[in-house]
Amino acid sequence: MSAALNVFSVAAISFGAFFFLAGTIGLLRFPDTLTRLHALTKADNLGLGLIMLGLLPHVTWPFGALKFLAVWVLAMVASAGASQLVARAVRNKR
Amino acid sequence: MEAIFSIELGLLIVALALHVVVGRGTFAVIVGFVAYGLVLSLAWMGLSAPDVALTEAALGGGVTGTLLLRAHARLRGPKGEQQPVGVFGRAAALLLCGGVSACLIIVVLTLPAPAPTLAPEALTDLAATGLGNAVTAVLMVYRALDTLLEKVVLLLALIAVWSLAADRNWGDRPVFESGRGTDGPLIFLARALIPLGVMVGIYLFWVGADDPGSAFAGGAMISAMGLLGFFAGVCAVPRVSGAWLRIALVFGIAVFLVIGLVGLAAGSGFLTYPSNFAKPVIVLIEVAMTLSIGVTLAMLVVGPPAEPSQS
Amino acid sequence: MKPGLRALWETVDSMRDFFFGAAAVLLALVAIGLFRILAGPRNADRMMAAQLLGSGGIAVLLLAAGGGLPGAADVALTLALLASFVTVAFVQCGASRPTAGNEPESEE
Repeated sequence: MSAALNVFSVAAISFGAFFFLAGTIGLLRFPDTLTRLHALTKADNLGLGLIMLGLLPHVTWPFGALKFLAVWVLAMVASAGASQLVARAVRNKR
Repeated sequence: MEAIFSIELGLLIVALALHVVVGRGTFAVIVGFVAYGLVLSLAWMGLSAPDVALTEAALGGGVTGTLLLRAHARLRGPKGEQQPVGVFGRAAALLLCGGVSACLIIVVLTLPAPAPTLAPEALTDLAATGLGNAVTAVLMVYRALDTLLEKVVLLLALIAVWSLAADRNWGDRPVFESGRGTDGPLIFLARALIPLGVMVGIYLFWVGADDPGSAFAGGAMISAMGLLGFFAGVCAVPRVSGAWLRIALVFGIAVFLVIGLVGLAAGSGFLTYPSNFAKPVIVLIEVAMTLSIGVTLAMLVVGPPAEPSQS
Repeated sequence: MKPGLRALWETVDSMRDFFFGAAAVLLALVAIGLFRILAGPRNADRMMAAQLLGSGGIAVLLLAAGGGLPGAADVALTLALLASFVTVAFVQCGASRPTAGNEPESEE
């Protein structure tokens, strides 16, 4: 693996981990269930996307990369719907 | 680096287990148990056992969690109060769990090093089976009888669940509170995920011939997708007396038995496969098993048939 | 870099080590978030646990797949689907329904 791709991977994964950290801090510090849900869903999924991006040079091309992309798209779609449901559950209890 | 990761994983598992045991609030504890199942699947990956990890995630996370949640909802009184477990119940649970844990610890600690294993023998004969995945070979070839009996046990469990129905409800539809058809995000999720999930389930069993995967993991995934359909109201829960349902339930066992008996009739013994034709036969059995497992697990979670006005 | 950090950095002698390090960091974050969620004052808070484990677990598994662990990408695929299914189950079975008068609570 060329050094440039390794640097790219390290950078992307580090940014991804940073967003996970931001999401976790939001989870710990936000005052409200809905804001915590927002921090969790948005930041963590962005972190996941960046990590996936950083790992792309290290998987077999093309099918390994396609599988990674599929996992990420699936995670996005699934968490979009699921977070709406949780938010609705929060709202219905008020 | 790996050591740090493993230590973290171990600590997380123990912490989650403690939460499940001493946590307050049944819902919180059930959520903790599902989380425990998912983290355990990560642990299996750390032990280089992807087949077990797949099954643990699908079953321990998805299906068992749903089962526990519905049982909890059923046991709640009309106002949401919980019937407390008596002292004897707690003592019995403590004895049982403590006893099993103690036995496991003793067994693991007194294993000779290196631990006895049949893995090399299993691998040497792998080429003859036509499979590339040793776990599938163990499940479907070396210990095919165990796998067949497990499926029968699963079906018996379903019959036991059905026997909980009142006599007059036998043959009816199980009650499953589902979306009222107006729940937008839920229906979106169902429509987006169910086709993908069923495809992934089929992929998991298909790829199990040479790579990590198994009929059980694929079937569990399909059952989870079926349950998603029931939750969203896009699939109606079938009547227990439905012909197609019953055919689907016994299909796997039937195919397995027929192939086993053909082996017996051909003179080489029960559940032996033809030497050059083993892999297609195995795949055929797995197709039938995946379908049956998916249907059986989903119907297990759905519960016994009942009238809609009963709880 | 501080001496301790530099020493840690020196131990990373391959991408695989870096992946495991990142996975360890992520797992710690997931653990912290998980216990905050499980303590959350209401059931609605706890329903987020599946989301957290889903995205965190998938990230860890993808890192393992990048590091060469066979089957990790498939488990990640399974986890993506199951995490949202589990969230649906939590939401459907965990939210208490308001009872109307003296009619017994229908099946959750």
